[in-house]
Amino acid sequence: MTALPDAPPAVAPPRPPGRSASPRSRGPRLVRTALAYVCLLTVALLVLVPFASMVSSSLKRNNEVLTVPVEWVPREFRWSNFVEIWDRIPMTTYLGNSVFLSGAITLLQLLTGSFAAYGFSKVRFPGRDALFLAYIATIAVPWQAYMVPQYIMMQRAELTNTYWSIILLQAFGAFGVFLMRQYYMSIPDDLCEAARIDGLSEYGIYWRIMLPLSKPALASLALLTFVNTWNDYMGPFIYLTSNELWTVQLGLRSFVGQYDTEYAMIMTGAVLSVLPIVVLFLIGQRYFIRGIATSGLK
Amino acid sequence: MAHAITRSASDSPPRRRPAWHRIIIGWSFILPNFLGFALFTLIPMLAAFVLAFLKWDSYNTPEWVGLENFRRLLRDENFYVALRNTLYYAVGHIPLTLVAALGLAVALDRKLRGVQFFRTAAFFPYITSLVAVAVVWNMLFNPTAGPVNQLLHALGVDDPPRWVASTDWAMPAVIVTSVWRDMGYYMVLFLAGLQTIPKEYYEAARVDGAGAWQRFWRITLPCLRPTTFFVVVMLTIQSFKVLDLIVVMTDGGPGRSTLVLAQLVYREGITEGRFGYSSAIALVLFVIVLAVTVVQFRLNERSSTR
Repeated sequence: MTALPDAPPAVAPPRPPGRSASPRSRGPRLVRTALAYVCLLTVALLVLVPFASMVSSSLKRNNEVLTVPVEWVPREFRWSNFVEIWDRIPMTTYLGNSVFLSGAITLLQLLTGSFAAYGFSKVRFPGRDALFLAYIATIAVPWQAYMVPQYIMMQRAELTNTYWSIILLQAFGAFGVFLMRQYYMSIPDDLCEAARIDGLSEYGIYWRIMLPLSKPALASLALLTFVNTWNDYMGPFIYLTSNELWTVQLGLRSFVGQYDTEYAMIMTGAVLSVLPIVVLFLIGQRYFIRGIATSGLK
Repeated sequence: MAHAITRSASDSPPRRRPAWHRIIIGWSFILPNFLGFALFTLIPMLAAFVLAFLKWDSYNTPEWVGLENFRRLLRDENFYVALRNTLYYAVGHIPLTLVAALGLAVALDRKLRGVQFFRTAAFFPYITSLVAVAVVWNMLFNPTAGPVNQLLHALGVDDPPRWVASTDWAMPAVIVTSVWRDMGYYMVLFLAGLQTIPKEYYEAARVDGAGAWQRFWRITLPCLRPTTFFVVVMLTIQSFKVLDLIVVMTDGGPGRSTLVLAQLVYREGITEGRFGYSSAIALVLFVIVLAVTVVQFRLNERSSTR
């Protein structure tokens, strides 16, 4: 919608072939730039309104959240909400649990994913490509289609209601292998060949050459995995029943279920649950976007 | 270990030696990931197919019943409700997200000071957890004092919908929320696609007097075809398996108005413990996704060879 032309095409005069920057063309260009900014600002505003209302509500009293008309700026900033929430729900435990789970899964995914990706990209052996195809094929199968067999397995192994269930189910994803392999494929084989001639073993090549070279891809994978695990709801929801194991997402959801009228407190919790990810994203944005753009898959 | 390998390999003809060696080296790299992958993804995936033909709940021993689960499915009213709702969601979510993502990408694909800020802003919803997203949008959609309905009031709508509190409007509310969340993600894919279009095309079109609207339809869209196709396929798969947003936002309600297939699988399988029956539903879900994807690939082939 914002892609609409800045001026109706019929009015736009055909450009003179020379494209000389005459002083006359500067005026319309300025207007055009201003118009573009107005469009962009409108879009950004629409996209960010839910965030604004989340933050502003988190600084209000409960009865000030849903008012007619809407008050975008709180009458008084109740920073005390951010102190109170720690007493209302065990926020420290939830945050700690989320950090632990996301960290453990990210680490395992990075290690096993990059290791396997080396095998899939730099070691030639029969059956390799067929196996890789099997990996890729599973990415297209919706997880929802096999969540029940997974659950039965975990139940029989008595791993439900432990972190093991979530870590084991999420740490060996095909996605990590895929992302890392795509990157390794772009590193020339000659480099490995030269290292082999110099007497480096395959493991040495992986550890001393490929890993240092693939830092951007590792950063992408780490960020994507961490954010996905942090935000994951269904995994912890299915497997973790004891309160002391809950992640931020489960804790917040349960708080909403119990105190659905305490809008301000709920929003305070929401802000706290989103904040670490926002900070992480802003720091590593470049890698994050690149990871998505190159792999195209979640 | 390396010694053992070379010794056993030296018995075979010299030319085969590197092959064996490489197989072992290759597998040693893949194995740590493959063990976890096979055990926790591949086996459950295959098991899901078998389970669909079993009668099995948490207490009794599994029993082969052939197509009985599927026959039961055809009599289950919940299945039809969930199927219809899933289609409803897909039909709303796919085109809206596509248009929003493409619009954002085209708008943000220009050299302006600060454009990076806007790209970041558009991507923000995607990294926000679904619980937070659901919490905020449920508040925005509040029927009496929510900002959405206040805006509609101001625009002259006397009787605005009750959104998540009404059976007719809960699904549109979910769709709006999911479009808002996902558009930034697909925008990134479109932005990557836009980078591949040679700038000369636009220059040439300008010289020929083509306006911005014409340039969009005649150059941008045709050149983006591969990206658009990929995005549509991804969106389709994503729409049919929608689960977590529904669970945290409406939990299938009010009534059964937002109950979707994946949620039915969850309820029957994990809440109720009917493993066989839920796997049958999951299999149907999988076959639908597969069929739609295959049809999309066929259509894409046909129109690109034309």
